[in-house]
Amino acid sequence: MNQFQYVRPTKNKAAIDTVAKEQTAMFIAGGTNLLDLMKRGIVVPEKLVDINKLPLRKIEKENGAVRIGALALNGEVAEDKLVMEKHPLLSQALNAGASAQLRNMATVGGNMLQRTRCPYFYDTALPCNKREPGTGCGALQGYNRMHAIFGHSDKCIAVHPSDMSVALVALDANVLVSGPKGDRKIPFSEFHRLPGDTPQIDTNLQKGELITAVEVPETAFTKNVNYLKIRDRASYAFALVSVAAALQIENNTIKDARLAMGGVAHKPWRLTDAEKALVGKPATEQTFRQAAEIAMRGAKAFEHNQYKLKLGPNTIVQALKNAAAAV
Amino acid sequence: MDRVDGRLKVTGAAKYSAEYELPNMAYGVLVGSTITKGRIKSIDTKAAERAPGVIAVLHYQNAPKVPGYIQAAHPTEPKPVGQPHRVFYDDKVYFNDQPIAIVVADTLERARYAARLVKAQYEEDKHATDFLKHQSKAILPTHAQRNPKHYLNDYVKGKEDAYKGEPLKVEGEYVIPTEFHNPIELQAIVAHWEADNRLTVYDKTQAVIGTQNAFAKEWNIPVENVKVIATFVGGAFGNGLHTWPHETAAIIAAKKVNRPVKVMLTREQMFTMVGYRPFAWQKMGMSATKDGKITAITHEAIGQTSSYEEFTESVLQQTRMMYTSPNITTRYRILPLDVSTPIWMRGPGEATGAFALESAMDEMAYVLKMDPLEFRIKNHTDRDPERNLPWSTKFLTEAMQMGAEKIGWKNRKLEPGTLRNGEWLVGYGMGVGTFGSHRNRASARAVLRADGTVLIQSATTDIGPGTGTAMVQIAADAMGMDPSKITFELGSSLFPPAPSQGGSATVASVGSAVQAACNSLKKKLATMASGNAESSFKGAKYEDLAFKDGQVSLSSAPNTKLSFTDILKQQRLPELEATEESKPDNPERNKYSMYSFSVHFAEVQVHPLTGQVRVTKMVSCADAGKIVNKKTAGNQMIGGAVGGIGMALTEGAVIDDRFGRYVTKDFADYHVPVHADSPNIEVAFVDKPDFIGNPLGTKGIGEIATIGVAPAIANAIFNATGKRIRELPITPDKLI
Ligand SMILES: Cc1cc2nc3c(=O)[nH]c(=O)nc-3n(C[C@H](O)[C@H](O)[C@H](O)COP(=O)(O)OP(=O)(O)OC[C@H]3O[C@@H](n4cnc5c(N)ncnc54)[C@H](O)[C@@H]3O)c2cc1C
Ligand code: SF4
Repeated sequence: MNQFQYVRPTKNKAAIDTVAKEQTAMFIAGGTNLLDLMKRGIVVPEKLVDINKLPLRKIEKENGAVRIGALALNGEVAEDKLVMEKHPLLSQALNAGASAQLRNMATVGGNMLQRTRCPYFYDTALPCNKREPGTGCGALQGYNRMHAIFGHSDKCIAVHPSDMSVALVALDANVLVSGPKGDRKIPFSEFHRLPGDTPQIDTNLQKGELITAVEVPETAFTKNVNYLKIRDRASYAFALVSVAAALQIENNTIKDARLAMGGVAHKPWRLTDAEKALVGKPATEQTFRQAAEIAMRGAKAFEHNQYKLKLGPNTIVQALKNAAAAV
Repeated sequence: MDRVDGRLKVTGAAKYSAEYELPNMAYGVLVGSTITKGRIKSIDTKAAERAPGVIAVLHYQNAPKVPGYIQAAHPTEPKPVGQPHRVFYDDKVYFNDQPIAIVVADTLERARYAARLVKAQYEEDKHATDFLKHQSKAILPTHAQRNPKHYLNDYVKGKEDAYKGEPLKVEGEYVIPTEFHNPIELQAIVAHWEADNRLTVYDKTQAVIGTQNAFAKEWNIPVENVKVIATFVGGAFGNGLHTWPHETAAIIAAKKVNRPVKVMLTREQMFTMVGYRPFAWQKMGMSATKDGKITAITHEAIGQTSSYEEFTESVLQQTRMMYTSPNITTRYRILPLDVSTPIWMRGPGEATGAFALESAMDEMAYVLKMDPLEFRIKNHTDRDPERNLPWSTKFLTEAMQMGAEKIGWKNRKLEPGTLRNGEWLVGYGMGVGTFGSHRNRASARAVLRADGTVLIQSATTDIGPGTGTAMVQIAADAMGMDPSKITFELGSSLFPPAPSQGGSATVASVGSAVQAACNSLKKKLATMASGNAESSFKGAKYEDLAFKDGQVSLSSAPNTKLSFTDILKQQRLPELEATEESKPDNPERNKYSMYSFSVHFAEVQVHPLTGQVRVTKMVSCADAGKIVNKKTAGNQMIGGAVGGIGMALTEGAVIDDRFGRYVTKDFADYHVPVHADSPNIEVAFVDKPDFIGNPLGTKGIGEIATIGVAPAIANAIFNATGKRIRELPITPDKLI
């Protein structure tokens, strides 16, 4: 790890100003991702701005939405009464992530901004366009079992590893940020970006912008929901694929649906066409299968992740079945 | 009895190698090569040397020469064919992440930072790291080439490959990826030259005496000038069975900077700088008669080794003795690749072989439409068919019956995919394990002190099985004393010599020595008691005496008692000492074949859509001789079963062959099983003594705890789904 300066401001503005002005300054929250990256020399900030003293931890109801402070811990959000009542899908997704120890350190803001787990990205001896633009994508012709099937480019085929984000994109959340130029609100589906020719840029957040909260509008998706994560071991592993499914069912007819996938793209992957295909249909396995097929349109796999072309739709079907059966 | 060191471990009071802090200590961090094969053209250390806190940057050009390197063979025991890697010896690169330099600094963080600044230029050669691509280049191990009687040679009983001509047969290829021990404690050493020719190391090792000898030879100094301390070892599973380059690197660095130097590997370095279970390909062929008698078995195996050293292990031994078959063929080869050298990993060889053998047994039973348990019992060997000797003891059938009962084997359906729990498919499977029941020369010292406590010492180690606890119990039984009055010390080369902790032989070897030392102490007490003219014991023989509650009594008159401490007082002795060596010298041993046996039963559930596997229940039963301590022995079995779950379902390291570099080298990418993967694991022991092997009647447990678990789970998955997966680990993608 490189030497760095460390500051711990108590006002949002002080934190924002420092990171906006200083080229190599970075925010640190729980540190569960950033410290790993620093130890391996993948990022080398010369100043860390610890934001844990900022007043950004509250979870509250506001204007028909649940507003979750950026510093709320993954564990406390998952167990929060309001969240469990209004957004059980989010609670399930959070509990499917990492381990209890990590969830007790990791923050909501940090979770959204965690970097990919692509092994080439994590090893400075291997090529990676995301870590060092221009060196090539190690995974493209390499070991790509965990990699994307949607929205990849020939520059990068990495996936975004967050579970929480899959639920948030399904729930039409907004990201609230404060920056040197003021405050703005970013719809969750526009927060992360696809790799294109600039895989080194994960999100549309600008330098110096601080995430202050996410706002999750209240919906009727409070009962028939399921976050299903398929992984190599029962806990504490990243998703091979995951599915966030939410249904509103009346008289066995689907009134409304939300569907998103994790582990398949450079961003949490919302499946709007498949959602449309669900609405108005009976909540049966056949309907779910049709929606899953629509969801998989345009998917393209690589040498080691062909299985996602089958595991993906199967998991969608199963998550929808679980959601429909939820009581 | 509870673990004697349990409280120390859970409170953090137990001190591991990396926790030793010596005055003026410096920290070393290793720099690994980024190529796989070739030559170092130049190393640029300037930036690292200028970095804050850096004391030295050492590599092959400027490191002090290691005198032992010039010997024909490196002083590692047992002697491999070839040459263990000599760190900083020359400019050659044999494997990726080979240590090419060490940065020594005043703090760990500074050393780690500076290590990143070291840059090397290479001349790269073409490398070979893809096992399956190069499989055809496998060779017969040199040991076997040189000695036609060596057990690694091809073995043919009856007709070679006789299964091929049979009507009822199975044939299959099996692959086990490279697996890493990954104990929680990282490999670490503190090296301290106390004088020019006196070395002390606090080292993570399973062999304090082996390590002492190795470093004495390596540095050409008297053995007694090397002190090795390994009081606590946080798991090892075999990777502490010989010394590794980082240890020598630390000693080199300590010599050069003239300060104690601590080196602890990173988790990523645990994938390249210490050994591992080698990648293995196997092929099985088996035939049987309609009524279930095996007629032929052919078992072939190829294991990976490095380009500079031949690592071999016993993959095929069990196939020669496990089941009756008139025709048996085995062939073993090794495949040298541009990787670091493997080492034994729990259930070495046998666990690999059992995956193929026990899977094939299940496949054969299925072809015969026979219950696999019945099929095994039908082909049970009542004596060792390979050596044509009776077993010292074998209670495998008893273990099988116990296990079948506990798992509910009668619920198993012959036809796969027929049992369900809601959406989940349910299946049952079993696998058998065996491992030679070994015993080695070992010694121990017992000291009775004036306060009535006994201290016992032996230079063994405890890598987790509860050796200290078992030894206290053995001593308590032998002395007729309460265990709370007995302390057992281990993990120091200053103690009487003992072998490395490996091969499931510690209780048999060291336990026998502890018992012998205690017996010797008792005899001394008896002599003193009966030699005392005023004593009511006058003239009593050792055989006439009983030792209980810290007292000697006459067997014929139990009320005539004398406490151990009173004997010391009478003799005006501050303490009484006895040191004994014990070795496997019972001539009866040659008349028997000695093995431990285990059988594992698994109940699994598989989700047909998503391929998720849950092991819902496991039962492991063992014929491991007399059980000294049910708790620690049970822990061993549970730990072995969890290791087997990892082997079956989650573990496997991947090399990107283009670079020759591992791409799954941390706990996020290399999956050891977690609690949620492990069901309630029920353990049962036959618990019948085997006194041929040793006077305690024990047989080994550590290896058989894992051998046979992976095939039990793979077989259960077949029973649940009808899918036969012959390539481990069985991840969800293989089941959809
Ligand atoms: C072994 C392991 C397993 C894991 N498994 C999973 C898993 O299964 N599923 C999953 O979803 N996650 C998993 N994680 C990732 C974990 O969820 C993230 O590391 C965590 O959420 C990051 O949060 P943090 O607060 O620690 O972020 P930090 O590490 O502190 O920061 C991460 C990044 O976010 C930036 N940042 C943090 N807060 C803000 C803010 N408010 N505004 C602007 N920028 C900010 C930092 O500058 C940094 O770049 C795992 C992590 C580990 C180490
Ligand atoms: S997939 Fe992306 S992160 Fe992975 S190697 Fe390619 S560029 Fe790097």
